[in-house]
Amino acid sequence: MKTYAADGVHFVTLKLNGVPRTGLAEPRTLLTDFLRYELGATGTHVGCEHGVCGACTVLIDGEPARACLTLALQAEGRAVTTVEGLGRGAPADGALSVLQAAFRRHHALQCGFCTAGILNAATAWLERVAAGEVQANEAAVRDMLSGHLCRCTGYTPIVAAILEVARPPSVTAVVGVSG
Amino acid sequence: MKPPRFDLLVASSTDEALEALRTRGDGATILAGGQSLMPMLNMRLARPAALIDITRCADLRGLRVERGDLVVGAAVTQMAVERRADLFREVPLLAQALPWIAHQQIRSRGTVCGSIAHADPAAELPLVLATVGGRVTLRGPRGRREVEAEQFFTGMLRTARAADEIVEDVRFPLAKAGERFAFVEFANRHGDFALVAVAVRRDAQGLVIGIGGVADRPVVSRLPLLEGSALDEALNELAWSLGAGDDPHMSAPGRRHLVRRLGRQAVLATVQEHQ
Repeated sequence: MKTYAADGVHFVTLKLNGVPRTGLAEPRTLLTDFLRYELGATGTHVGCEHGVCGACTVLIDGEPARACLTLALQAEGRAVTTVEGLGRGAPADGALSVLQAAFRRHHALQCGFCTAGILNAATAWLERVAAGEVQANEAAVRDMLSGHLCRCTGYTPIVAAILEVARPPSVTAVVGVSG
Repeated sequence: MKPPRFDLLVASSTDEALEALRTRGDGATILAGGQSLMPMLNMRLARPAALIDITRCADLRGLRVERGDLVVGAAVTQMAVERRADLFREVPLLAQALPWIAHQQIRSRGTVCGSIAHADPAAELPLVLATVGGRVTLRGPRGRREVEAEQFFTGMLRTARAADEIVEDVRFPLAKAGERFAFVEFANRHGDFALVAVAVRRDAQGLVIGIGGVADRPVVSRLPLLEGSALDEALNELAWSLGAGDDPHMSAPGRRHLVRRLGRQAVLATVQEHQ
């Protein structure tokens, strides 16, 4: 059994957006703080720190998870995806994912505080849609979004952006909107 | 809003977890999905000296049908059960209740056994287990024992589990021919804790009605097959029997109203599904 002493710091190695990274954590260090302060991945935002607001949602081995309800040491050996890893190509390229581009077109963010968590959760939800596990309709999107607090948008443009990706309109319509 | 200090013990088997519980004594707490325990740690409502992480115990990851039960191991997440292709046929009440639990972002980490071991009186899974007549397998230094769900829940966040025992799995009986099920709840916002939740199991003999969110544990009652005003009267008596109190979320009369109304809705749903 692995034992990590409360007053010690311990190595944690995980794969962050495809890149192996190692840092130090106490047993009580939350994954949020480990990502932000130890690995410098500040795209993950921290709101309520008790699992309600959804801002810190990341993907652990592809499954959405509240980073504030996960210990850094629990992520040992896991693949963690944060908002920095959602775009196409290398993060430095700044190429948006299809979902991120839809958020931009629909003005689905204002201050952006909640956006990273919503993008991660929606990315996982869209995979469930593609696998036929859930239906792509407005009620289902709003149901999924109930795990996130956004105080700017009123959610309507977020719903529209996610639905557009889940149920792509015809090619000409997409060109018309983005042009 | 950061957890207090604790030792973290990562067990790779149930034997290791039990050994850790034995040596660390009362100061140790089992950590599974953490979706209830981690908020309590962050808010410092819990201050264990040690956490024993069981999510890497391979022998607790089982999800299988065994002797007429769906057996869910202690490290199995709610989402893994929700994704089970045959769940609506195997344990329909569980399939109906799972989407009511918090959000997919929580169910992906939260475990079925963890919710049952935590025993929040407003949680869906204890209510489902009690209504279908399921059982909890406890394992400790004296071996294994099975406890009926109705005996397992002993009060608000309290169960029959001894401090040196671990919930190894929970067992949901498979639905039998002719049984019908319904689950409904009311919360201020989807994913919040239920103010009242009602689960119904109906067969040729009668109704089993489970109520969550009102008393200090899920309460299961057995009624004959009633309808119309006789059903309303029985639900009214049931609503008054639960000892609802006023709290910041809802008044006692409000909760009794929800028991009557959701109770009727759930019973009718089992009839309509039958037709």
